[in-house]
Amino acid sequence: METQLPAAPAPRRGLSPRRRRHIISGYLYLSPWIIGFFLFWLGPALASLVLSFTTYNIISPPTFSGLTNYVQAFTQDELFWPSLLKTIYYAGASVPLGLIGSLAAALLLNVKVRGTSFFRTLFFMPSLIPIVASTILWAWLLQPDWGLLNGFLYRIGITGPRWFESQEWAIPGLVSLALWTSVGGPRMIIFLAGLQGVPEELYDAASIDGATRLQRLWHVTLPMITPTIFFNLVLGVIGALQVFTSAFVATQGGPAYATWFYALNIYYQAFQYFNMGYAAALAWLFAILIVVLTWLQLRTSKSWVYYGGE
Amino acid sequence: MARAAAVPVPAWSLAGGQSHVIGRTLTYLILAIFSLVMGFPFIWTISSSLKTPAETQFFPPQIFPAIPQWDNYVHVFVAQPIAQWFLNSFIVAGIAIPGAVITGTLVAYSFARFDYPGRDFLFMVLLSTMMIPYEVTLIPQYLVFVQIHWVNTFLPLTVPAWGGGGAFTVFLLRQFFMTIPRELDDAASVDGANSFTVLWNIIVPLSRPALATVAILLFLNTWNDFLGPFIYLNDPHLFTMSVGLRFFQTVPESLNVPQDNLLMAATVIMSVPSIILFFAAQRYFVQGIVMSGLKM
Repeated sequence: METQLPAAPAPRRGLSPRRRRHIISGYLYLSPWIIGFFLFWLGPALASLVLSFTTYNIISPPTFSGLTNYVQAFTQDELFWPSLLKTIYYAGASVPLGLIGSLAAALLLNVKVRGTSFFRTLFFMPSLIPIVASTILWAWLLQPDWGLLNGFLYRIGITGPRWFESQEWAIPGLVSLALWTSVGGPRMIIFLAGLQGVPEELYDAASIDGATRLQRLWHVTLPMITPTIFFNLVLGVIGALQVFTSAFVATQGGPAYATWFYALNIYYQAFQYFNMGYAAALAWLFAILIVVLTWLQLRTSKSWVYYGGE
Repeated sequence: MARAAAVPVPAWSLAGGQSHVIGRTLTYLILAIFSLVMGFPFIWTISSSLKTPAETQFFPPQIFPAIPQWDNYVHVFVAQPIAQWFLNSFIVAGIAIPGAVITGTLVAYSFARFDYPGRDFLFMVLLSTMMIPYEVTLIPQYLVFVQIHWVNTFLPLTVPAWGGGGAFTVFLLRQFFMTIPRELDDAASVDGANSFTVLWNIIVPLSRPALATVAILLFLNTWNDFLGPFIYLNDPHLFTMSVGLRFFQTVPESLNVPQDNLLMAATVIMSVPSIILFFAAQRYFVQGIVMSGLKM
């Protein structure tokens, strides 16, 4: 059995027994991930990169086609740019609204009143519903002819839109679904934890200086929780850009391609039209887009995220 | 201090002590409106699941059915093989989750406690995989699984979970392991324990809350997963609940009788396990989310 001696200066050649033990055991415990990473991640990712330079329809073997797929995406695929714009529209609406909604809910729950744990649980419930179930539920709520929402609008004298059957209202319908399921979910809990980390003394000091509640929110709370806002923003953007299941279940990309988001374009190209090479190129462009957007957020974060409080 | 008195407090401000009651009332009012918006879709879904087919199409809609049709919850099991789908989802979860928790624990232990060249780089690689969309690896994985005849089996949905359990699992467990004092490991090592004994007798027992959190989050994800089962399972008897529910939504109605009431009943049934799990383990749950959010 190895004894735990104070680390003796390692001889210049070879490794100390302790160090060797660390390397061998460390990699041994790491091995499930290493195997999984190569088999189910790096291997497929590289294969997909190679595939993106080929034409492959499953029936005949792949043929090398250079940059054809990438050129096709930018110049020939009539759904490429619209799908990208629709995805950006969806993310551009659901991420800021979701952040504001979650933060507002967290601020309300952070007020020391009775019953906050009841409200917190209630707000959290929609995020527990499996996405297929919540989408079907939402489509039923927004059903244009006898749905609850249009029924309510009718009672107050408004003719409701056709929601998922309308080109203009399908994306707002999906955004409202995303808000319902996510506003009170993990994002709100993370905001709550961030709010609870703001030192009480700062509020006291601001109050002594005569700051109103709104001033304290603007000048104390928000700057202090910028790291939490940033964390939720980065994850929110990554998640929203990948929107798939809700659109696929609610509208299958329709009506008339109105909700044909980027991930749906990949899915249809790969698994309906069997353009595997082209779909792989789309997937890689997608990955690049997400990485670049995340990197940009990290870069710009230095100018607005305040880490002094941590 | 004198300065505070000099600054007039605007009448609308809720900062003052006198307006305490108003502030509190306003808070409750907003909370109540929020609750109504968040809660009403549930009430509507449950009430729709208890309606007759005709009642589901009233306009303007009635909130509650005249007579609750509890039978709908029996009929739905006859209309579609929901019991089978439910079982399939549990089988997938029952194979995938232990794999993810066991291998994730080993991998997190490696990242948290061992010192070897490349460790920090590999950890960064692990974290970066969280950013890359599923679609990048999906197509070659699918092509290989077709070749080795894994399509229409649960293998594509369960075997990959045994490869470390995913970046999020490893990250969360590693963060938790790092909070356990190293002196405990060292004390055990002096007493002659090897590294696996340390993991098994010290780290794992102290990490029960983190392990429970990870298992719960993994269950919700597995139960939720749509794209994987949708692509790999074609036989309706192999469907998991999410694919089954979506299939139910798209099947043509029999004899033009709308089945929305049954569909809503199926929606409720599908949501029950997640909600029960949440209430059973609420404490762990919130703790786990907070842990993942604050330490990044």
